[in-house]
Amino acid sequence: MDVAKNPAAYAKRKRASTIAMGLCIAAAAIGLGWLVLILGTLLWEGFGGLSVAVFTENTPPPGSQGGLINAIVGSLIMTFLGTLFGTPLGILAGTYMAEYGRYGKLSMVIRFINDILLSAPSIVIGLFVYEIMVARMGHFSAWAGGVALGIIVVPVVVRTTEDMLNLVPNQLREAASALGLPRHVVIRKIAYRAAKAGMVTGVLLAVARISGETAPLLFTALNNQFWSTDLNGPMASLPSVIFQFALSPYKDWQALAWVGALIITFAVLALSITARTLSSPGKQR
Amino acid sequence: MADLALQNSGLSSSASVDRSRVLTRFKVGDATFKYITLGSAVTVLVILGGVIVALIEGSMPAFQAFGISFLWGQSWNPVTEKFGALAPVYGTIVTSLIAMLIAIPIGIGTAIFLTEICPPWLRRPIGTAIELLAGIPSIIYGIWGLFVFAPFLQSTVQPFLISLFGPIPVLSSVFAGPPYGIGTLTAGLILAIMVLPFVASISRDVFETVPAVLKEAAYGLGCTRWEVVRNVIIPYTRVGIIGGVMLGLGRALGETMAVTFVIGNAHRISASILQPGTTISATIANEFTEAVGDVYTSSLVALGLILFVITFFVLAAARLMLMRIEKRTGG
Repeated sequence: MDVAKNPAAYAKRKRASTIAMGLCIAAAAIGLGWLVLILGTLLWEGFGGLSVAVFTENTPPPGSQGGLINAIVGSLIMTFLGTLFGTPLGILAGTYMAEYGRYGKLSMVIRFINDILLSAPSIVIGLFVYEIMVARMGHFSAWAGGVALGIIVVPVVVRTTEDMLNLVPNQLREAASALGLPRHVVIRKIAYRAAKAGMVTGVLLAVARISGETAPLLFTALNNQFWSTDLNGPMASLPSVIFQFALSPYKDWQALAWVGALIITFAVLALSITARTLSSPGKQR
Repeated sequence: MADLALQNSGLSSSASVDRSRVLTRFKVGDATFKYITLGSAVTVLVILGGVIVALIEGSMPAFQAFGISFLWGQSWNPVTEKFGALAPVYGTIVTSLIAMLIAIPIGIGTAIFLTEICPPWLRRPIGTAIELLAGIPSIIYGIWGLFVFAPFLQSTVQPFLISLFGPIPVLSSVFAGPPYGIGTLTAGLILAIMVLPFVASISRDVFETVPAVLKEAAYGLGCTRWEVVRNVIIPYTRVGIIGGVMLGLGRALGETMAVTFVIGNAHRISASILQPGTTISATIANEFTEAVGDVYTSSLVALGLILFVITFFVLAAARLMLMRIEKRTGG
């Protein structure tokens, strides 16, 4: 690296470095640019369609006025069901892995399987629930949609619960045990309380994830053009309405699809930003 | 020992009978809680097992009808009930490859920017913004791809590609017209945007595991920034980068809604990446609720099984590699 002897080589290396770093900056700019582009398009196409009717009227037949209220309510119901099914299971499983079997073989296997479930294609989860519920019961239902979403919640919650419980210092547990508290009380009253922010983050991220999911709902909850709160029947959801309306040839349906897309994206982004601000800086995944 | 807890529970600590009763209650409570959590943990395993069993069971009629040749059968004809998986499998692999080809350099570049160039106060906002890209529901990518991105490609990029590669022998068939806008290339590009945040954030995470002394030593020798990246950071984190890339690949293989919107859903294998094609997940999403007859439904479930097996191995490999990196840093 003798600069004095060979200034030309040195200049060449410096130039290569500048070019490479410039490309890296460009790469980051491309990523940010996409985000801006997509959000901008959503605002541009969807904002004009936002009106009171969107939140008060049902999805219309093509060619007439309407809103998205049945889809919004359907989405809320099934997201709630999914969270209700998935969260307790995820928290308890994460508790076992962090508190009881931290270094055990079983935990290692579950951690591995859980990480795979975390990224498994959601349409496969939909097929699974179709096979075990829809095909057996003979009809599509909001229950099946909720179960499918619940299965997607589980791995997210397991992962964050385990990570957050692992961060709780052992001295806290030891101190509590020394006071004579039994282990389950130590976990519930001490460890959970210390890990609460992180665990809430996990649940919020899971809710954000399932509220935009479409594929697992296509053949579990199907869709519904009408107002329905019957959990035993097909139910509308925002993503499936967007799917149906966007691919339709009708201009007014497409416009409503954009409005739905705008609503869902900003709801999901608000959820994930809240989740991130809750978790302590530098410890989020 | 347990005196304090005993007092808290409002029982007289004098009677040893009460004491032993409380201790028994503690023990039972402990055991119950432990087995509830253990049961939940095992349930996670059961779910995965259940997915595999249900898919195998559901796909049996298809494999009975077509045998193992279902895997490479080319026809997909609901009318004559002849089904083969080759076209969707081919489409899945090609779109994912296009996606990775674009997402890997951009993702790693972004990670290098975030760890080496970016001023510290900007790191968190930009990092979060890139991760938000992963949070946008895939159906949004689909609708955006169909109404904004595909028309743009159709009017500008694709005619340019066709005329650019027209005179070159092999490439002319890869980029053969007409420009539809939708098609394999469009799906690959959308997927690239979708997996970019995964590649970027995992690369960033593993870049941060490089010990500062190693970088400082290289700078001390007079290395330029690029030389430090190429000769120190990337070799040190290679396994982790590959893990991140595989994780992105797993996502790309299984992505459904975005692809369904823009791929064109044509059951054929064409040499040109500008032509409509299909993928496993797009086929299932499009046809499942319309499928009539056992063999048709079962063929779609069999496609799901193939997809699950492929992604399982890709994701498993990714996780093993990332675990190796984590172990080294003691994380």
